Amino acid sequence: MSAVAEPWVGQPLKRKEDPRLIMGRARYIDDINVTGQLWASFVRSPEAHAKITSIDTTEAKAFGGVHAVFTGNDLDLEAPLPMAWVPPGVEVKNPPHWALAKDEVHHVGDPVALVIGSDRYAVVDAAQQVYVEYEPLPVVVDLEQAYEGGDLVHADLGTNQCHEWSLGGGDLEAGFAAAEVVVERRIVNHRTAGAAIEPRGVLADYRAGSLTLTSSTQVPHFLRLFLALQLGISEDRVRAIAPEVGGGFGSKLQIYGEEIALAWASRKLERPVKWVESRSEGMLATHHGRDQIAYAKIGATRDGKITAYHTKILQDLGAYLMLLTPTIPSLGAFVMSGVYDIPAVQTDIIGVFTNKMPTDAIRGAGRPEATHQIELMIDQLADELGMDRLELRRKNFMAPESFPHETALGIVYDSGDYPKALDTLLELADLEAVKAQAAPGKLRGIGYSTYTEICGLAPSRVTGPSGFGLQTGLWESALVRVHITGAVTVYTGTSPHGQGLETTMAQIVAQRLGCDPQNVEVIHGDTGTGPQGLGTYGSRSTAVGGESVARATAKIVDKARQIVAHQLEAAVDDIELIDGKFAVKGSPDKGMTIGEISGAAYIPENLPDGMEPGLEEQAFYDPENFVFPFGAHGCVVEVDPDTGNVDVIKYAAVDDCGPAINPKIIDGQVHGGIVHAIGQALFERIHYNEDGQLVTGNFADYALPSAADVPSFDLDRTETPSPVNSLGVKGIGEAGTIAASPAITNAVLDALRPLGVTFINMPLGPQRVWEAIQEAKA
Amino acid sequence: MTVNGAQQSAEVEPRLLLVHFLRETLGLTGTHVGCDTSNCGACTVHLNGEAIKSCTLLAAQADGAEIKTIEGMGQEGALHPLQEAFWEHHGLQCGYCTPGMIMASADLLQRNPKPNEEEVREALAGNLCRCTGYHNIVKAVLAASES
Repeated sequence: MSAVAEPWVGQPLKRKEDPRLIMGRARYIDDINVTGQLWASFVRSPEAHAKITSIDTTEAKAFGGVHAVFTGNDLDLEAPLPMAWVPPGVEVKNPPHWALAKDEVHHVGDPVALVIGSDRYAVVDAAQQVYVEYEPLPVVVDLEQAYEGGDLVHADLGTNQCHEWSLGGGDLEAGFAAAEVVVERRIVNHRTAGAAIEPRGVLADYRAGSLTLTSSTQVPHFLRLFLALQLGISEDRVRAIAPEVGGGFGSKLQIYGEEIALAWASRKLERPVKWVESRSEGMLATHHGRDQIAYAKIGATRDGKITAYHTKILQDLGAYLMLLTPTIPSLGAFVMSGVYDIPAVQTDIIGVFTNKMPTDAIRGAGRPEATHQIELMIDQLADELGMDRLELRRKNFMAPESFPHETALGIVYDSGDYPKALDTLLELADLEAVKAQAAPGKLRGIGYSTYTEICGLAPSRVTGPSGFGLQTGLWESALVRVHITGAVTVYTGTSPHGQGLETTMAQIVAQRLGCDPQNVEVIHGDTGTGPQGLGTYGSRSTAVGGESVARATAKIVDKARQIVAHQLEAAVDDIELIDGKFAVKGSPDKGMTIGEISGAAYIPENLPDGMEPGLEEQAFYDPENFVFPFGAHGCVVEVDPDTGNVDVIKYAAVDDCGPAINPKIIDGQVHGGIVHAIGQALFERIHYNEDGQLVTGNFADYALPSAADVPSFDLDRTETPSPVNSLGVKGIGEAGTIAASPAITNAVLDALRPLGVTFINMPLGPQRVWEAIQEAKA
Repeated sequence: MTVNGAQQSAEVEPRLLLVHFLRETLGLTGTHVGCDTSNCGACTVHLNGEAIKSCTLLAAQADGAEIKTIEGMGQEGALHPLQEAFWEHHGLQCGYCTPGMIMASADLLQRNPKPNEEEVREALAGNLCRCTGYHNIVKAVLAASES
């Protein structure tokens, strides 16, 4: 390996993972088949709530090529599906949720039978021959109705209320007493789908007492743990593999019944079994997100100092609790006051069951909802005060010099400079000029959103024993192996699905070892080969996983310096990385590249007395605190008042995720995040009718934004390092999604202000906007 | 049919979709399935030189046709200009929609070698991506049109 002297960190390198993806050579779950494999198809409930009175599988079993048909009572599992995280000190009602429903179904799409056979098409046909008799029960779909005593989703619970949890700090009563202006709004954050373009799929292969389960999952290590617990086998007999995963956005951060049922069936039949969902099936049975109603109340003095903020949140949980369901609104509660220094804040969360697919983490998970609420309330308050909305924001920003800043909730924000982010945004784009260019008859409006998020999930010290109810540590580990030839392999416990971590982590390692990132291979997503870890979500992969890689690499560097000092007969303290070589300060030409050092490291006679041969180190990293990326987004929309149609004309964003390891990758994630939120604000909505039937059950009815629906973006960054980790990094995967829905909504409201429209809830589709205009006219 | 220049022949079920024929019979798994309503475009291939969604066509309907898939576009060291541009401009993240995006873009550039941004966006409206926000895909296609 040649000596190189590149500062790899900070460079917009092309991604290492791309060649296989652009040539069609990647292997996603549906590309993987094994000898002897059978196919599975699930029979799903067409009823939103019903008793199963009988299931007749006779004809299906006799169907050509069918090997077995299983129902809920066949599956002798150790436990219902897991719900891992519980808000602290709170009683959570957790109705049993089985991989196949046993005697009652609670939402359309609830699986009731599993058909297994030799052909992909035939099992779908055979599934049509499973005859299920249902006795319909009352259905409750509307969240407020379910909360206020509508029909019961689970009769034996006696209530639809799952849990209540509050997080508050400061004197709320005094805060509102001190307020001269109080604004209250009912803010709806409607149900959406993660809608990764790759559908979910599972291949379970149980042989000779060991299970290998390949799944399009974001959390292979969690999956291994729960497979072992569900099947009653030892964890070391289970290997979970996440192959190439085609997007996740939280919808693959789950332990799904299909994974458990297929593992069980593979053990039972002693054959590998594979299932890949259709999109229509995925819309029914892959978890949804958001779906909460906030009753928000904000108080301020006449001169714009916010004195108190209270939200009561109803969270639609759907019919069951899945892995993180009740925790999602809690994540939002941590940052409910956003970037503002508010002396009294409280969030009261009420989880409510309805006859719909469960909700769980979708990109941002709780934080987009919280940000949407505070950023809408700021604009509403500014209107009420007759104050400029940017002035109101500036007046209440946490001061840059106040970091680390402990909020009224007792959460410590690590670092931030909110005025700078906003100033940078205003320099980046002249939104006022764009607003002034409305086409004749059209209305333009500007929307802003200044935000922070809580990510880098999660410090076990905070989430584990003492506080917020995550019943597990959320560390990451990494193993860095420098081979004899100098090639480097990094094993990480995180499990990316499009975030470019192979490149990001290679840059981190190459920087420290003075080698080329092309010589650093990053292996992930396989519990059989990698070290332990807890997966990819909550913008934690670099802030937690990347830091564990940096720490393992630091141990390599320590050992390398000792080896070089021994070889050059120099003092260890004098050895440093200079121009790609570990050398004595002042005489870089005598140094050794990492390849030369590793060549020596595997031959004990080259080493100081007592040193173990080899050049391979592992590190576990459990952060001390969360990290808090932040930024300022602004946009201009154009509304056609005759049709209610909204076009996004310009979108500019300034984000701060600490030092950029790969700016190209960071920008890409911001772009994607913004469009995800534009989708929610303007197009996307999971809609059930009053009978609990999913109306938006495929991509023809559930409108994802296309290239034709969105503009290109203007991006910039500020860089405020986090003191929490040695890289100073925060996280970026969810930033765009968190910031953009309030920016779009505020822009639409700004455009409609001349017509007298003061408030509308998302999704801001043409009909809703048009109706709001008509109501204001009337 | 001819697939990426090679003659292929098989007896298939009448209802077998072209996408499954390509993926499962021929093992060309670069063409992906992302929906069942022909909305996502992940399965886009070329049939007789034009982009089509291979989930909307039966394999039997392609009898005698000339098919090109992502595997026929370019190889390591000799990538198609669109593949190069997607790589250079970070026009992909998870990569699942990418083969379909590249095939749809190639069709556009055959018909309109110098499209403007709006024309690129319109041409790709039938291909959904959840990762990139389209910004870099559009950039990549415009860059490829220059090369």
